Amino acid sequence: MLAELLQYLLSGLTIGAIYALAGLGFSIIYNASHVINFAQGEFIMIGGMASATLTASGVPLPLAILIGCGGAMLVGVAVAKFAVERARKASTVTLIIITIGASIFLRGVAELVWGKDFKRLDAFSGETPIQLFGASLQPQSLWVMGCAGVLIVAIGLFFNKTLTGKAMLATSHNRLAAQLVGIDVKRVVLASFALSAALGAVGGAVVAPITFSYTEMGIMLGLKGFTAAVLGGLGHGPGAVAGGLIVGVAEALGAGYLSSAYKDAVAFVIILAVLLFMPNGLFGKRGTERV
Amino acid sequence: MNRILHGRLTGLAVLGAIIAVLPVFLTNNFHLDVAILAGFNAVVCVGLNLLIGYAGQISLGHAGFFGIGAYASGVLVGVYGWPPVAALLAGAAFVGVLAFVVAKPILRLKGHYLAMATLGIGIIVSIVLRTESGLTGGPDGMMVEPFKIFGVELYGEKAWYWVVGVLLFGVVWLSLNLIDSPMGRALRAVHGSEVAAEVVGVDTARFKVMVFVLSAVFASVAGSLFAHYAGLITPAKADFFKSIELVTMVVFGGMASTFGAVVGAVVLTLLPQALTVFQDYQQIVLGAILMATMVFMPKGLLPTLAGLLPSRRRA
Repeated sequence: MLAELLQYLLSGLTIGAIYALAGLGFSIIYNASHVINFAQGEFIMIGGMASATLTASGVPLPLAILIGCGGAMLVGVAVAKFAVERARKASTVTLIIITIGASIFLRGVAELVWGKDFKRLDAFSGETPIQLFGASLQPQSLWVMGCAGVLIVAIGLFFNKTLTGKAMLATSHNRLAAQLVGIDVKRVVLASFALSAALGAVGGAVVAPITFSYTEMGIMLGLKGFTAAVLGGLGHGPGAVAGGLIVGVAEALGAGYLSSAYKDAVAFVIILAVLLFMPNGLFGKRGTERV
Repeated sequence: MNRILHGRLTGLAVLGAIIAVLPVFLTNNFHLDVAILAGFNAVVCVGLNLLIGYAGQISLGHAGFFGIGAYASGVLVGVYGWPPVAALLAGAAFVGVLAFVVAKPILRLKGHYLAMATLGIGIIVSIVLRTESGLTGGPDGMMVEPFKIFGVELYGEKAWYWVVGVLLFGVVWLSLNLIDSPMGRALRAVHGSEVAAEVVGVDTARFKVMVFVLSAVFASVAGSLFAHYAGLITPAKADFFKSIELVTMVVFGGMASTFGAVVGAVVLTLLPQALTVFQDYQQIVLGAILMATMVFMPKGLLPTLAGLLPSRRRA
């Protein structure tokens, strides 16, 4: 009974960690540019596909992850530079369509490069489950949670301790004022896309041994990441992390106790319920509108 | 007033003429089929354009309403033996009530939060359709009986072409009238500045709810008729990508332009057919076209083209 609950919690936290990374990616880009980047899921896919295919052709795993990460960052910067920045003054809907166009484009390229079939990546340190109070934990889950934890802490330190991080935060608060004190806001936007892409790609690489990688793996992961970001309050970093973990755990509990067929619906039912009562998410500030 | 009326009638006349003359050039059933599909999409887009272009609200879940209409017709007619017209009305009524119930709290939300909420509704609808296979046939979809009214069966592409053509004409006419009505002016005020609209006494929430319900009902009716026409429906017609496709058509054609929505629907229905020559590169080309259009013509196709002709009045 308790073992069962623990089992669901563990699998929920594992997938929740990936949602948290994706949600953080949404928040970072939203803060820097007020764009919802629907191509976030494709960064996850690039990370997963690159590490799976590169290791299959003999590249050592850490190097493969690094290459995937670098590739995703380049793609992210390209999307920001050639599409998003150029449409700076366009409306919200237009910007959403641009990032959706980017995600369709990237999936198309990925299909061409890697093909449509599922790619396998071996678990990083074996598949002997660890027994924990009657629940069993895959070593890869530890990798996922560990990597996500380290990245989240690193991002927190980056935004609070480094000058670049503070400049990015300043831009999110007031773009014009940041520009006036000499922050290159265009580079901040590019940096935010690179950072989010890196987060997504690492997430994709560590989760690949659990979910397999395929060109459409990013769609649902990306949407759930968006849910996580909105749940925590758009643009609120720690909120996005909490949102991701909540969504992951709720999904695992829903799949375990209610119905596994409706697993994917859980995240969206939660977000609708929360938005009805808290229109700004769990931790978002109450918005005031400047007239 | 006279000028607006004049411009509106010109546009309607052009649309009517195109619908009437087009069959002459559509020589085979495949061409007619594509035209019919474009018509269905255009009906949904005209409604969605009222919401996006005039009320300034995004919906990333309109395919969900289309899907509810389609499956209401499929299930009620096929499983419970209802007359098709009754099933269509029941589907539309259900979607209307659903949209009304969710609209009140959701339309309080702004920008991205609203996008999230409508996206959630759409995805939940498509998951339900996929899962309740006892009624809906699951991921493989279900067959739908032909449309019958007063014992007469609607049969063949030619007949359906005229049904969809008349429907589209009616929906455009309704939408143009609405835009020029006091409600339309209120909606434009909401789009311009919601706070200012409220200050001068426009009940913004009420108008937003009304237009959301109306656009959802348009989608449901189109979905019902589409189900009967196609004879086979799958949950893919209700999923996130279909919703995205619909929004893209509206934005591509030109927001806040009824004829723009029609043009967007037609162009983006034809595009995948044209892109089949690219085979494996199809998705890449589609993605690139979407990005390029939005980057270089952020206002959409029709308003941008209209802007190139400064002497002409806007459609």
